[in-house]
Amino acid sequence: MAEFDQELDASGLNCPLPILRAKKTLASMSSGQVLHIIATDPGSVKDFEAFAKQTGNELLDHKEEGGKFLFRMRKA
Amino acid sequence: MSDDKKLAIIATKGTLDWAYPPFILASTAAALGYESQIFFTFYGLQLLKKKPDLKVTSLGNPGMPMPVPMPVLAQALPGMQGMMTAMMKQKMKSKGVASIEDLRSLCLEAEVKMVACQMTVDLFDMSREDFIDGVSYGGAATFFEFAGESDICLFI
Repeated sequence: MAEFDQELDASGLNCPLPILRAKKTLASMSSGQVLHIIATDPGSVKDFEAFAKQTGNELLDHKEEGGKFLFRMRKA
Repeated sequence: MSDDKKLAIIATKGTLDWAYPPFILASTAAALGYESQIFFTFYGLQLLKKKPDLKVTSLGNPGMPMPVPMPVLAQALPGMQGMMTAMMKQKMKSKGVASIEDLRSLCLEAEVKMVACQMTVDLFDMSREDFIDGVSYGGAATFFEFAGESDICLFI
């Protein structure tokens, strides 16, 4: 699970900022690279699933760890 | 013409709370690949001011959560609106909610198109210099040009 190319810490940020920051970070990455996202907004779980579905970026996995929500997303 | 999905929003409210939905939805839509446009009319024009001075009020809004129950007449006392606005801003900051200026910048960065209703700009004797750069001006027909092609159209 430690494999990723870039990390985005969106802790403390609320909707829609985690999504907007993720979008911006993904834009600076190349296709196939993996972004690791850390968020504390519980709404981000559903939101990142929806974001992946609509943008084609693949949500590899997500888990909750000590009140944080961790996502790995592969850029399309 | 692009085959991106399109979101058209009419923003008519000029209060701090109602400033959020247009900018949250437009910026998120842009992140999802939508082409987005917001048409600002009547009090919604306040959201385009260079230094927006947006307030929140509990008057006429019994749904607003209050820290302590308060009779409506007391809510109308001088200074109450300022106090409620300060409390709301403080609350938003502590919860990691973006400021309106930040969300608006994110919209502009994401190429959300902002159109001010020329008729209401004139009606309220506002000047184009009051507004941020990047705003275009038009009327109802301008709105329909984009909205007619839109997949989602919201009146806020």
